[in-house]
Amino acid sequence: MSKFKKKKDGGLPPISTASLPDIVFMLLFFFMVATVIKEDNLKIQNNLPQANQIEKLDKRKPISYIYIGKPSRNYVDTYGTEDRIQLNDALKSPDAVQAFIASERAALPEELVPLLIVSLKVDRDAKMGALTDVKQELRKTNALKINYTTKKGESISSSRN
Amino acid sequence: MADIAFLLLIFFLVTTDIATDSGLNRKLPPWEEDPQDTEVVIKEKNIFTINVNSADRIMVTQKGESDPIDLDNLRKEAVKFLDNGGGKGADACKYCKGARDPRSSDNFDKAVISLSNNRLTKYKTYIAVQNEIIAAYNEIRNREFIREYPGEGINYVQANDEYLDPATPPNRRENLKTKLEAIRILVPQKFSEAETK
Repeated sequence: MSKFKKKKDGGLPPISTASLPDIVFMLLFFFMVATVIKEDNLKIQNNLPQANQIEKLDKRKPISYIYIGKPSRNYVDTYGTEDRIQLNDALKSPDAVQAFIASERAALPEELVPLLIVSLKVDRDAKMGALTDVKQELRKTNALKINYTTKKGESISSSRN
Repeated sequence: MADIAFLLLIFFLVTTDIATDSGLNRKLPPWEEDPQDTEVVIKEKNIFTINVNSADRIMVTQKGESDPIDLDNLRKEAVKFLDNGGGKGADACKYCKGARDPRSSDNFDKAVISLSNNRLTKYKTYIAVQNEIIAAYNEIRNREFIREYPGEGINYVQANDEYLDPATPPNRRENLKTKLEAIRILVPQKFSEAETK
């Protein structure tokens, strides 16, 4: 019998979770700073293409968004698999673009109306047909400033896959 | 504590989006009821036609010849065309550094790039082509900006980024704006899109 009992080896000590809130808060702040509230709930696939000659959209000017892409998996039964146009929260036909631009303009102060930029968020695998229709409608309603919204990256290599 | 933080974190993950607020700026031509009325005559040598077909293959027509072209070579060919400077007399190009081929474009102001595509062309190919066209213009504009304003120590694209940056002071913005506009007048983007068939 020794006086100093050898400490019993009870396996690994439990991992301390005292720093867990710090880590989670750090993640939380990162996401709060790096992201913005979603503009619209997308019903279509919207994986943007890449380009490198891009310019930043001027946030001081009014921007309207038009989305084009195939309906996402949940909506295939309702809307099929062809490219569709999403305005605000609904899938619409190209004829609705003029009314959409008119309502966007009506919501703006008059001096900003001519500065309106239409940001076209088109899925990289979409066909040009739907976009062409939208562009014609935009021309008819005289919304001529457009922006093909893209991610930053190499356009040539990314267009091949 | 961690539970609350997790809850907030998940809330932000679900309701937010990483912002993509950049892209290729373009201007559409105004709608014409009767396009025949406003037809403009442009010399064939001043047009560089790019056609993208339904299989995403690219064809370039210049100097009266059509050739299939690879995306990698498109920018080089477009710069060669824009920078050619084959004009004589009143059409002579002061700053062009190209081959001065009389069968190709006269000067920056006369050179037109025309793009047409099929309804079945993939958007990613279209964007890659648009990107290369803008890159060709930017290449020449960068060169001209540095030649015109060597004191700035920046090129056209950097100057434009600085102009668009909200943190730039207003007097600097005004200064940049006049310089950028001078370059845009010197090397205008004469770009036309044919109607899709």
